[in-house]
Amino acid sequence: MKAEILERLQAERAAQRPVVLLTRMTDGEQHLWPQEALPATLAEAARAALGSEKAGNVTLDGETWFVHPHNPPLRIIVVGAVHIAQAMAPMAAPLGFEMIVVDPRRAFATEERLPGITLRTDWPDEAMAELKPDGRSAVVTLTHDPKLDDPALDAALRSHAFYVGALGSRRTHAKRVARLKDLGHGDDAIARIHAPVGLDIEAVTAPEIALSVMAEIVAARRGAALGQPRLQPAPDQGRISIGLSA
Amino acid sequence: MSTDTTQSEDILATAAAWRAEGEKVAIATVVETWGSSPRPAGSRLAVTASGRLAGSVSGGCIEGAVADAAKQAMATGTPQLLDFGVTDERAWEVGLSCGGKVKVFVEPLT
Repeated sequence: MKAEILERLQAERAAQRPVVLLTRMTDGEQHLWPQEALPATLAEAARAALGSEKAGNVTLDGETWFVHPHNPPLRIIVVGAVHIAQAMAPMAAPLGFEMIVVDPRRAFATEERLPGITLRTDWPDEAMAELKPDGRSAVVTLTHDPKLDDPALDAALRSHAFYVGALGSRRTHAKRVARLKDLGHGDDAIARIHAPVGLDIEAVTAPEIALSVMAEIVAARRGAALGQPRLQPAPDQGRISIGLSA
Repeated sequence: MSTDTTQSEDILATAAAWRAEGEKVAIATVVETWGSSPRPAGSRLAVTASGRLAGSVSGGCIEGAVADAAKQAMATGTPQLLDFGVTDERAWEVGLSCGGKVKVFVEPLT
């Protein structure tokens, strides 16, 4: 590998752009796609590799090329270093996600409570501006505090995040929707929010809620029907529920 | 780098850092697997001429043999495609006991 190729590859990855490294097995010749124009066979294989997230081989003119996709990392950005975030933390890495927890309340966002998790103690609006959620990011708000949750949801709805979830009862969510509309979000944007957050498994405890949220994020990532946001009944028509998991 | 992921360490970043320190570096990549190979295609191992190792291309079974090939690749400046499998004497020797087969591409960072 030429140092120049490595430098360009790393620059694309640092910019969180998808990039495919193609290597000819006979002599080590290398190209980056889509940054370079390539023969259709190679470009097609590169596109497919990014989609399937699997590296593999393709043959062109009797020569084998190794096609190695580098997608930006899958991330879960959680606002609120609360009990549910603690329960989500050990599940994230094995499921292939980097988890980042944002909470300006320093008593909550501690390494002791969330070992091995990237912690940010800046305000959610600042954190989101830097984290720049993309199509491979999930955003989950867990604080119940509009001062913290709303700016994060505002940023998430302006991004291509593949999943946006907000903890809170239907009543809480109705108030939240009103506030987000005041911030200029339309019905389509609001409909992206998974609220109540998580699959409906009648979760009660923090680990159960964490499991339901993680399962919903996986479903959304894999394109399962369960990962689609549910239609929201109006709060007075819906089931009345109280507590965190509602 | 900002895209550091918990899925695996960033071997390319390590390779680049080692090179910046003046080390001679080679990168080994799993390019094909059959059967129960422990690491999927795309798994990487970085090796320096001075003997530093980062990452993995197997559960540890063939790293030694790959590191030897990497040193050769650094010396000659030529990449190599290595084949390891249960039918391969070398693989028995180095202990690819998982029963899988794996192809590893070794290239010097030039």
